[in-house]
Amino acid sequence: MPPTDTTNPDWYHRVVDCQWACPAHTDVPQYIRLIGQGRYADAYLLNRETNVFPGVLGRTCDRPCEPACRRSRVDGTAVAICRLKRVAADLRGELAGRLPRAPERRNGKRVACVGAGPASLSVASDLLPLGYEVVIHERHPLPGGLMRTSIPAFRLPEAVLDEEIRFILDMGAEVRYGSPVASLRRLLAEGYDAVFIGSGAPRGKDLDLPGRAEGGRIHIGLDWLQSVAFGHVTGIGERVLVIGVGNTAMDCCRTARRLGGTDVKVVARRPRAFFKASDWELEDAEEEGIDILTELAPRRFVVEGGRLLGVEFDRLAWDEGARASTVMGSELLPCDDVILAVGQEAAFPWIERDLGVELGRWDLPVVDRTTLQSTLPGVFFGGDAAFGPLNIIWAVEHGHQAAISIDNHCRGVGVDERPAPRVGLRSMDMGLAQWSYHNEYNPSKRQRMEHVAMVRRFAALSVEVELGFAPEQSAREVGRCLNCDIQTVLVPELCIECDACIDVCPVRCLTITAGADEPELRGRLSAPTLHPDEPLFVSTPLPQTGRVMVKDEDLCVHCGLCAERCPTAAWRMERLELSLPRAGGVWSPDPGSAGAGTDPAAHAAAPLPGVAQR
Amino acid sequence: MPSIAKPPIRHPALPVNELGLAERDYEGAMSTLCAGCGHDAVTAAIVRALWEVAVPPHMVVKLSGIGCSAKTTAYFLRGAHGFNGVHGRMAPLATGVGAANSDLLLIGISGDGDSLSIGIGHLVHLIRRNLRMIYVIENNGVYGLTKGQLSASADVGSTSSKGTPGVIQPVDPMLLGLSLGATFLARGFSGDKAQLVPILKAATAHRGLALIDVISPCVSFNDHEGSTKSYRFTREHDVQVTTTDFVEPRPELLTAIGPVGITDLTLHDGTRVRARALPEGYDPGDRDAVGAYLREAHDRGEVATGILYVDPSRPTLHELLRVVPRPLAGLPYADLCPGAAELERFGES
Ligand SMILES: Cc1cc2nc3c(=O)[nH]c(=O)nc-3n(C[C@H](O)[C@H](O)[C@H](O)COP(=O)(O)OP(=O)(O)OC[C@H]3O[C@@H](n4cnc5c(N)ncnc54)[C@H](O)[C@@H]3O)c2cc1C
Ligand SMILES: Cc1ncc(C[n+]2csc(CCOP(=O)(O)OP(=O)(O)O)c2C)c(N)n1
Ligand code: SF4
Ligand code: SF4
Ligand code: SF4
Ligand SMILES: [Mg+2]
Repeated sequence: MPPTDTTNPDWYHRVVDCQWACPAHTDVPQYIRLIGQGRYADAYLLNRETNVFPGVLGRTCDRPCEPACRRSRVDGTAVAICRLKRVAADLRGELAGRLPRAPERRNGKRVACVGAGPASLSVASDLLPLGYEVVIHERHPLPGGLMRTSIPAFRLPEAVLDEEIRFILDMGAEVRYGSPVASLRRLLAEGYDAVFIGSGAPRGKDLDLPGRAEGGRIHIGLDWLQSVAFGHVTGIGERVLVIGVGNTAMDCCRTARRLGGTDVKVVARRPRAFFKASDWELEDAEEEGIDILTELAPRRFVVEGGRLLGVEFDRLAWDEGARASTVMGSELLPCDDVILAVGQEAAFPWIERDLGVELGRWDLPVVDRTTLQSTLPGVFFGGDAAFGPLNIIWAVEHGHQAAISIDNHCRGVGVDERPAPRVGLRSMDMGLAQWSYHNEYNPSKRQRMEHVAMVRRFAALSVEVELGFAPEQSAREVGRCLNCDIQTVLVPELCIECDACIDVCPVRCLTITAGADEPELRGRLSAPTLHPDEPLFVSTPLPQTGRVMVKDEDLCVHCGLCAERCPTAAWRMERLELSLPRAGGVWSPDPGSAGAGTDPAAHAAAPLPGVAQR
Repeated sequence: MPSIAKPPIRHPALPVNELGLAERDYEGAMSTLCAGCGHDAVTAAIVRALWEVAVPPHMVVKLSGIGCSAKTTAYFLRGAHGFNGVHGRMAPLATGVGAANSDLLLIGISGDGDSLSIGIGHLVHLIRRNLRMIYVIENNGVYGLTKGQLSASADVGSTSSKGTPGVIQPVDPMLLGLSLGATFLARGFSGDKAQLVPILKAATAHRGLALIDVISPCVSFNDHEGSTKSYRFTREHDVQVTTTDFVEPRPELLTAIGPVGITDLTLHDGTRVRARALPEGYDPGDRDAVGAYLREAHDRGEVATGILYVDPSRPTLHELLRVVPRPLAGLPYADLCPGAAELERFGES
């Protein structure tokens, strides 16, 4: 194996599993440490730099970071990263003066956004501080997109959403509520310097089965949730069937429980192992007494005289892997209401086909994955509108990337000329066996989120179910984080091959052995490979014997003992400081000034990449 | 002091030995020695060797005197017994323990100061007595604990950390052992566990005194240029006289290794130690030849390592004194003390 090139900005970044997995690359371990220090506002602002809506996401994020978390490989359960984000948001207090502001003098450029969902709001959040004038066109009377119209208030309190949106809009965005964009041609004619389309995937899919046209209370989930959110619907029958088992189905069934449904069933075609909803959503629904029925495919709606009596299903048996099914019989489930939660799609009836904005497969726009530009220069897409339904954090990341493109476009710079992410390393050494982070391993188990008592839960739609972490829980959960951003950095020229690091490592990450190809090296590691996808670090030849130091990054708990027991400081603990590209420059994660926003001066002072600085 | 003890979390896929114990179950307290001290690597080698041969921890007694090396008994096998005596007196302590309970495996850890300066008289008699024990000298050429004065193993010309060269002839514990009729002599290097672990495993199977001289650099006071006990010097001058395969008495293993060019030393319990002689004709059973070889090697500036000499035939202390096979500690009081009447009868006869 050739020596590892640690100057590649991805090398150390990849070690920070959560940050690497987060679409927006939120600096998770750093904000967790800030929470541990009681610096909640700093933790909040650090989050906000990348994910824009910490309070919202601390409750609702899809959390791709958690399955990636190293802790889950070490003791079986991930750090409750998402819940800790909420701790920062809950306890941050006033942010007085620490939020970015728009400059007094605008830069003269005007950008239109279609839709006031998280994608557009993130674009506005990045462009307003640079002096752009941002005009958001929203068909609804309130901003937030699906965060407001689909995610029910018992998961996301309105006040949390309102405040985080206000942080952005207060910088001076102009929002035109109640004004659906009906023609892109007309919007373009208004003379904007760039247009961002963040209109989401707002169309809930229907089920065209026998009986569907005969009337009866059959609702399309997305529309129904929206009607509930805006107060147009306030009740439902006692027996409710929700068809589909994705995230929308989970919100529909739990909302139905709160509007009068006492016998609520979710019906899925496939076996449980193949559900789209996250485990925690399923558990939360079941806790509320909702039945989840599997392997039933709807065949017809039973409607008599315009009244829905129930739904008839085919009972299915699936093969292994749930690819093919056979019908084993049928089942009639009586009900008063049916909610269809079988998917959603983007729809662009308002985009004229002759403008040069090409629409491709499934009527989705043809969009560049990096620049988010459509086939018409100056028109960008992001969020669910770009590639179909994703989630909030992806919408936010699209917003950041689109903002870079828009800024380039407006300055006459090619959208492909993007600032590169940069890495710096900062020593954590504070003297003999002293570190500027808590290096001990906390054996606590993942903390359980407490829920509001069942009797109180259904009193109103707005009663938030999750109570947040108590201070002791938060402290324990903070301690579970393994500080993966605090990297083991080797200076091979200094190693005297004393074996101290090899012997002290609690999880046997390290090996000194003769150089060889990867399969051979893996066979000689101090501990067997558990996850072959986790990379091996290989040093240049060591001075005394010419052997190499190999590190299996997989289970490293970042305890720092290798560095502490190294007599020559060949191993060091250094924090990865990842500077992310942003519209207007590169943002650097300095916790002291978190919230200062993109600062070209900070940008210039950013540390040099990797080990090269030594 | 280290900032934290070694975290309890372990790699989940590591094997257990015949006793169902993981290697980490053979560890002890967190070391407080200087970072990079050779002694810590010796500790790790002992942990590995004892785990591999699956010694029950409660059947081990750890013994030591004073010194950085002597401290290391705390850093392995927390489930074992232990006694930390005064400087240079580990040997008599061990003799007492071994006399009282011959069932226990004795592991003594000493330093070059502890064994070759202040304690050399006791070591001499221990070798003569051939008590069953593993005796490790963690040899760094200095008194580490008292800040690096040259010890009795420091070579002539080897400099102290202040730059003063040694002028007095050094004691080589291997030559000392040969002259006193030692039955198991080996030298290792803390920086080479591939060699040291099999030596230690072989020592567990030896029924007499296994004296192991381990070059174990003192990073703080004797790892500089000019020292003949540094990591670099030892690596550059290490000549592996024998390489050791420890072959447990299991038939499938015995047939797996070819017999060509190999000296087989069969130990008391059937274990075979295969010493593959690297210098042509080196015979670890030929006392005179080994002595000559070691003297010449030392004069060439070489550090000869490996299992240097084995003589499994000589009787042990218990055999010499015709002690009952049952450990004295386990004898009923009535057998140990036959009573006044018996004493009288004995006196009369
Ligand atoms: C029931 C449900 C629950 C969900 N739960 C979660 C969750 O817990 N966590 C998570 O991360 N994601 C969740 N999602 C997904 C998430 O809400 C979306 O991925 C995200 O909101 C997409 O953001 P967006 O900005 O692209 O679009 P949207 O949020 O859909 O916003 C688009 C906005 O554009 C407006 N608009 C559309 N067309 C026009 C037009 N022609 N003119 C003017 N305005 C227009 C819409 O009114 C809307 O306000 C959920 C989705 C659903 C349906
Ligand atoms: C009777 C007595 N004399 C002197 C000392 C001081 N002393 C403590 S450790 C030591 C030398 C230790 O050297 P060594 O055995 O080589 O161990 P190392 O620290 O090098 O491992 C000395 C002289 C003592 N503790 N007791
Ligand atoms: S920080 Fe060093 S000692 Fe600790 S787990 Fe990682 S490699 Fe092992
Ligand atoms: S502790 Fe330091 S000097 Fe010793 S082997 Fe490890 S990296 Fe090399
Ligand atoms: S002084 Fe020398 S012998 Fe003692 S712990 Fe430090 S390095 Fe080891
Ligand atoms: Mg010494």
